[in-house]
Amino acid sequence: MGAELALFADSLVRSTPLIIAGLAVALAFRGGVFNIGAEGQLLVGAIAATTVSLAGSDALGRFIVVVSLISAALAGAVWAGIAAELRRRFHVLEIISTIMLNFIAIYLVSFLVRGPLQESTHIYPQTESLAASARLPLLIPDTRLHMGFAVAVAIAALLSWVFRKTAAGFRIRATGASPRAALTAGRIDISKTSFLVFLFSGALAGIAGGIEVTGVTFALYENLSPGYGYTAIAVALIAGLSPLGIIGSGIFFGVLETGAIALQREFGVPSSLASVVEAAFILGALALAAMKGRRISGFTAAR
Amino acid sequence: MSADTARDSVLDLHEITKQFGSVVALDRVSLRIRRGRIAALLGENGAGKTTLMRIAFGMIQPDSGWMEVNGNRRRFASPSDAIAAGVGMVHQQFSLVPVMTVADNVALGGRGKLSTSQILGTLKRIALETGLELDPFTKVENLGSADRQKLEIIRTLAHDAKIMILDEPTAVLTPRDVSDLFRQLKTFAASGGAVVLITHKLADARAHADDVTVLRHGRVVLSSHMSATTEDSLATAMLGRSSRAITQAKARQLDEAASSVASLVAVVLPDRIARPPLNLEIKAGEILGIAALDGSAQLLLRVLAGRTKPRSGHIDLPSRIGFVPENRADEALIPEFSLPENLALADAGSRHGLLSWGSFRQHTQEIIDDFDVRTPDTNALPSQLSGGNQQRFVLGRELYDKPPLIILENPTQGLDLNATEFIHERLRKARSDGAAVVFYSSDLDELADLSDRVLVVSRSKVESVSPDRDQIGRALLGTNGS
Repeated sequence: MGAELALFADSLVRSTPLIIAGLAVALAFRGGVFNIGAEGQLLVGAIAATTVSLAGSDALGRFIVVVSLISAALAGAVWAGIAAELRRRFHVLEIISTIMLNFIAIYLVSFLVRGPLQESTHIYPQTESLAASARLPLLIPDTRLHMGFAVAVAIAALLSWVFRKTAAGFRIRATGASPRAALTAGRIDISKTSFLVFLFSGALAGIAGGIEVTGVTFALYENLSPGYGYTAIAVALIAGLSPLGIIGSGIFFGVLETGAIALQREFGVPSSLASVVEAAFILGALALAAMKGRRISGFTAAR
Repeated sequence: MSADTARDSVLDLHEITKQFGSVVALDRVSLRIRRGRIAALLGENGAGKTTLMRIAFGMIQPDSGWMEVNGNRRRFASPSDAIAAGVGMVHQQFSLVPVMTVADNVALGGRGKLSTSQILGTLKRIALETGLELDPFTKVENLGSADRQKLEIIRTLAHDAKIMILDEPTAVLTPRDVSDLFRQLKTFAASGGAVVLITHKLADARAHADDVTVLRHGRVVLSSHMSATTEDSLATAMLGRSSRAITQAKARQLDEAASSVASLVAVVLPDRIARPPLNLEIKAGEILGIAALDGSAQLLLRVLAGRTKPRSGHIDLPSRIGFVPENRADEALIPEFSLPENLALADAGSRHGLLSWGSFRQHTQEIIDDFDVRTPDTNALPSQLSGGNQQRFVLGRELYDKPPLIILENPTQGLDLNATEFIHERLRKARSDGAAVVFYSSDLDELADLSDRVLVVSRSKVESVSPDRDQIGRALLGTNGS
């Protein structure tokens, strides 16, 4: 029973960054912004959370976790903001710029954990570990399941509410679904809307990185993210960009990846098989959406 | 016609008929183009001019009829057949690649190995023969519209065109460029070429063409030497006799109370839209029709609707403006949004806080009832509605909170008689409720029927005429100075 609970908890732990980054992708895609840079935004969020946690854990006491997550969100927003500003001012395609920013973020992490942020013994390419007070509290005692999962579910519910009930959420959906109609019939400032969507999307991805650091790894190191930001695109698309659906698809991918690791450990089944299954599901979901004639908005929508 | 002119014939169209669905675009149209001459093809919007020339250029196949080139019967399966036979066409929308140079654009569409020196030689030859000269190494994106058109013509000549078809070539040109263009076309004709000029500008045709053919509703109504015509006879041929008695009375039944309201909109528009700058005052309780040739009024309407900012000048607009754009599927509605969501779209830009979908649904139902929108249910998608019902819904949405100003582009285009009548009736009702209605229409009958006052907008001027089909038509053609 204990082992099963642990495996279940591990799956939810694994799904947490997928859900939050998936929500970041869905927010952007729904608003007509092709943010492929969740990976990079997640990493700079992790950098910010680590730095703030290491620097301020004594001074801020229990509030340090909140502060470090806020700084993760800000870092993600700034990282996305680079691409957003390039798009707004020079019409640089965000698909290209965000992918490039991903690489910069990856190598920025490498530089930091070997340079300025390296732990004091200078042996391992990683930062010092976070103090206990700077770590997210557990959701279920004696497992690895932390509060981050609850945060993910809460963000999904919030985003769903924003899309359905608020004027701002409606503007985002309208801008993504038809920029021309949003501009002409809705008199929506589509340039401002997509700019803000881009920043908020980056902030969400940044939070995913902050939660990964404060809830799971407790330190910054290379390969902190096994491509969460990319898998998140699949998570978002399979859920049809629906925030509540992303909870489900995020858990599904979390279970799949955790299970694959367990399978490899227990039975020697290569874990890359999970990637094959994931990709098959993505193709299936896309084909299904195409057959229904229902376009996954943002993905096929003309700009 | 004498045997002499028959020998000069380079392109003969015989009894060309073309139907699009139930609409007969061309009905047994015959046309002869002669060497060394400029032929004008005149007609109103939709008369069939462009369709006929697209057939001559192999872009469309006729349902019946045949063509002869230099006396030999030919069939063009595609434009490349036409080009091979020496027919060239300069389209209204240019087909140039902006990031490429002049020389590269001329090379486009050629076959085999690209030889820059050969292209340069061709360009030099054309420059010597016709005076059409452009720097071969300038990028097209740095060229003005007059030079782009020049390049289109050069490219046609580079493909050894003997017959050049130009679709509304003067639409984008300044008067000076226009006289340059015609000088070059005359040189081309004098060297043994033939020119077909599609236009609805009578003055240009009269001044420069040797022969003229007038189409109306897909039929040839006049074909002669230009010298045998008068501006008036051509205008009459293009417009047809105005058969209906002018219903002046209906236009005068303006609500006195409404018309005494101070002017609603005062516009000073820059010379980009109208030359000289336009001063326009729109009164509450009037329907102002806008007549214009091909899109020259669109910018004006967008400015009036508050959708585009004027480059200079000032404009006082009410905060709430109803706007029905021409392209409803693209600009008025979002296809994957339900009707209540599409209702919420109107002025979504200025809304804050939470949306009350209950009331949007209720308002949608009111519009459905009030405007007789045929829909499977309140939450339907626009695609489940016919074009007429979509337009009813859009109009209902834009009129819902009784805006003081309503702007419409071609409000009944593509709609059946029923829907058209209904929309006219609603606009008249909005007027009697004190709103100002401004609409553009490419249909002279609609302008004459619906307007209290008509503004004819062209590149060179804006003039006010009374809502009479004939007067609007003549003002559009630029012939009512008499």
